[in-house]
Amino acid sequence: MDKREMIAKRIAEYFQEGDLGNLGIGLPTLVANHIPQDKGIMLHSENGFIGIGPNPQPGEEDKDVVNAGGHPVTILPGGSCFDSAFSFLLARGGHVNITVLGALEVDEKGDLANWMIPGKLVPGMGGAMDLAAGAKKVIIAMEHVSKHGESKVRKKCTLPLTAVGVVKHIVTELGVMDVTEEGIVLRELAPGVTVEEIVSKTEATLIIPDEVGSMVR
Amino acid sequence: MKNKIKTVAEAMEVIKDGQTIMISGFTFAGTPEKLIDGMVEKGVKDLTLITNDTGTAEFGIGKLIVNKMAKKLSCSHVGLNKETGRQMTAGELDVTLIPQGTIVERIRAGGSGLGGFLTPTGVGTIVEEGKEKINVDGKDYILEKPLRAEIALIKAWKADKMGNLTYRRAARNFNPVMATAADFVIVEVEEIVEIGELDPEIIFTPGIMVDMIVKP
Repeated sequence: MDKREMIAKRIAEYFQEGDLGNLGIGLPTLVANHIPQDKGIMLHSENGFIGIGPNPQPGEEDKDVVNAGGHPVTILPGGSCFDSAFSFLLARGGHVNITVLGALEVDEKGDLANWMIPGKLVPGMGGAMDLAAGAKKVIIAMEHVSKHGESKVRKKCTLPLTAVGVVKHIVTELGVMDVTEEGIVLRELAPGVTVEEIVSKTEATLIIPDEVGSMVR
Repeated sequence: MKNKIKTVAEAMEVIKDGQTIMISGFTFAGTPEKLIDGMVEKGVKDLTLITNDTGTAEFGIGKLIVNKMAKKLSCSHVGLNKETGRQMTAGELDVTLIPQGTIVERIRAGGSGLGGFLTPTGVGTIVEEGKEKINVDGKDYILEKPLRAEIALIKAWKADKMGNLTYRRAARNFNPVMATAADFVIVEVEEIVEIGELDPEIIFTPGIMVDMIVKP
């Protein structure tokens, strides 16, 4: 399986019946393809609705139905529309059960940096800070190592933070990690990945329990 | 009854250099494109803009940036418009980036007669710099203050002749909130209907908020 799809499929398993989720742009968006359709799980689009549906057929795009990235989508039966103040009431107020975000860096305290690289990339935080601050559970979907070969799972974030102490789970192409009071605990490994490999590619200290599961079941 | 229905040209008589203007929309939806085109044509300058984003270089609010009509900008995201980033880095445009939930709530506070609000968003990040932090029952919050503007330019789906507005799908976004927080509100609509045709239940902006209705 494609590594990105493997990450997305694993994250989809965190969703429970009736959950409201929010998926960030990029890799997190792929999670939508793996969420079961019969459990009443709905996705929040922070530009103003609940119930993100599949992409429309060519020619059937609706200019008023776009996702937060500006791409045409559809609204599922049971969806609802609202203004931006209400949309962020949902984000901040703990009404979003799971938010899945990409990251530049995550650290042992659950701090998250995903919105800027000073001097290089300053797109603005958009809704990421509110979603990270207010969601019941923040899950990070990312590649374990940066393009420059640096571990993105760190002892301490070096980039400007998005939120402090919010990350619960980190899912990468190497494995699944939980952020706990004690630090980052390795829970599962991707097929073919050894404990030694993930430890060597992780700047943070990984706590290795007696049993480490497989990320693909 | 005062006639609020105006042309784009008449609406532009209100828009002047140096004003603080809120403009609604989220990337491609719910933004008053024809009013923005009118501003570009008129060539107003030195604006202070309050928006969610700056569209793209070719679309919506982005045109105001590309044509260098703004000196200050408060928004949450500029990533889809490289020109905004360039002007920001070059020091040509003074940009304040604000979390999306915070900017919309600051506008809501501005329209609601509130002196601000306490939010957990941005605690422990550069967003809290220079702001008062208040601990309520053991949790830290940032005090964020209200935002208002001289003009709000918004977009609705339908207006009746009193200016009662209804929106469609994800095009509602910042519109009803901005309609409450400016001294003068101009709405661009797709359709104008007779008074009474809009069910009161689907009116999200009462006509008393709206000063001008423009159907391009």
